[in-house]
Amino acid sequence: MKTIAELQQIATQVRRDILRMTTAAKSGHPGGSMGTADWFVAMNFQIMDFDPARWTMDGKGEDMLFVSQGHITPVIYSTMARRGYFPVSELATFRKFGTRLQGHPSTAHNLPGIRMASGSLGQGMSVGVGAALGKKMTGDNHLVYTMHGDGELEEGQIWEAAMFAGAKKVDNLIATIDYNNQQIDATVDEVMTLGDLKAKFESFLWKVVVIENGNDMQQVIDGMNQAKALAGHGSPVCVILTTKMGYGVDFMQDTNKYHGAVLSADDLPKALAQLPETLGDF
Amino acid sequence: MTHYELKSSKELRAGMGEGLVEAGKRNENVVALSADVKGSVKMDGFAKAYPDRFIQCGIAEANMVGIAAGLSLCGKVPFLGGFAEFVTGRVYDQIRQVVCYSNKNVKICGSHAGISLGEDGATHQTMEDIALMKVLPNMTVLVPADFNQAKSATLAAAEYVGPVYLRLGRSKMPCFLPEGEKFEIGKAQLLNEGKDLTLFACGHLVWEALQAAEALEKEGISAEVINIHTIKPLDVEAIVASARKTRAVVTCEEHLFNGGLGDSVAQTLALHCPTPMEYVAVDDRFGESGTPDEMLTNYHLRATDIIEKVHAVLRRK
Repeated sequence: MKTIAELQQIATQVRRDILRMTTAAKSGHPGGSMGTADWFVAMNFQIMDFDPARWTMDGKGEDMLFVSQGHITPVIYSTMARRGYFPVSELATFRKFGTRLQGHPSTAHNLPGIRMASGSLGQGMSVGVGAALGKKMTGDNHLVYTMHGDGELEEGQIWEAAMFAGAKKVDNLIATIDYNNQQIDATVDEVMTLGDLKAKFESFLWKVVVIENGNDMQQVIDGMNQAKALAGHGSPVCVILTTKMGYGVDFMQDTNKYHGAVLSADDLPKALAQLPETLGDF
Repeated sequence: MTHYELKSSKELRAGMGEGLVEAGKRNENVVALSADVKGSVKMDGFAKAYPDRFIQCGIAEANMVGIAAGLSLCGKVPFLGGFAEFVTGRVYDQIRQVVCYSNKNVKICGSHAGISLGEDGATHQTMEDIALMKVLPNMTVLVPADFNQAKSATLAAAEYVGPVYLRLGRSKMPCFLPEGEKFEIGKAQLLNEGKDLTLFACGHLVWEALQAAEALEKEGISAEVINIHTIKPLDVEAIVASARKTRAVVTCEEHLFNGGLGDSVAQTLALHCPTPMEYVAVDDRFGESGTPDEMLTNYHLRATDIIEKVHAVLRRK
């Protein structure tokens, strides 16, 4: 078990990875990646039960995670590498020709840890529901986690899956919403306000855990443990994870500018100065 | 020529339904999903035989595709069923991302395909589904010709590992192929040997092609009839060999002119042995309401239409 301070150190390194990967690739999505870095570190190093060394596509006997907003590959790949799925040095190949680290997650390039392509939004919850049903059918009592952007909730398929999961009592499913109120064009409130998100999921027969500060490692750990405790009791569980897009670098926060835009070579050192190297850069 | 007896008139979707029950008996990992149309797509037999392995998804096809992909991860062999338009065109991107690009062992059963659906009209009469499904990398596209073949194609799909689209019609259609015949994915089925031209047909039009061949024989024209029940992977070898022999080709399908069997054959001929060719298919248009018989006749998908195209192609030989 890692201490909160150790998990925070990993998260800082992951944020460095995210910025260095995206600037090197001259493309990618650093904003949402930075905002969810604490959650991904918590999931990979504390919350989920799995062993990268024994990874199999069927995931039998371990927890599974499907990241539905596939564009946040920088944080996905960094945490995977730091957790031991593949060498950290491979992060340098992100988005480059011939890489296993495709712009959006792919199963076509034999990267361990990826079970389903994502990128076209709104599909990951359905996949998670299917995997959760599969686990129930095969007597596997491990959990299935999904991760979604808040803007992604504008996709209708999300609500098809939410309705199904609630109605059919898919209680081995925990879906986390990255609630940063930012999407490409504007804030989520401006584009399509979500209203009372907690009430929405509750009315779909889910239990809901709210993490007020998803960039506070202790809160993330406590909230996800609470979600785990609620699983297995007849309802799927939704975690509303309030984060700041771009968290970790002051000038990247409170804006959607870095949703799909990377730091320039000039700005990168200014950002990295706010994120001291902890585990060694790739 | 080889005579095929009209044994009965049966729905191809029902052949799939019977095949699915048998596949479920052979393999306990076979599961079925439907979007509030389990009776319409003949999955009710499976649901009754294996209630714990049938998943009612409600009227939400996109979610159903994702659930099927998720189930496949856990070793399940999911067959999802719906009206062909709503499990192909409506969910094209879902199939593209989580079935084909992710290369999952999901079987898509599209019932009510084609103009012979009849009275429901154009919203439900997909004639684009072969085109949509065949362009997707990793997808296998099966178009059985009758009830018996729909059943054996279903069993073959269950054994094959990878994405499959199975195209099925709603209406009762001639049943003429032997029961229990093994379905070989990717292998063209020679139904009648001929020397003057080749009819490459799929689905409901295979019977029409055989009727055309019998009538042509009386005119002294010898038509080879080949059932292309697998549009993808296409049996290029068989198509080229027959075209080289007869030097004239007519394709016959209940699909739009664009993107169906005809285009697959035309591409093959263009690349390997340019040959005069005509299409029996539906022009660039939508369907309408009417009886299945009226549809096939008015959209020129009958044996008489095939014969007309045969004469046209022979003039070009």
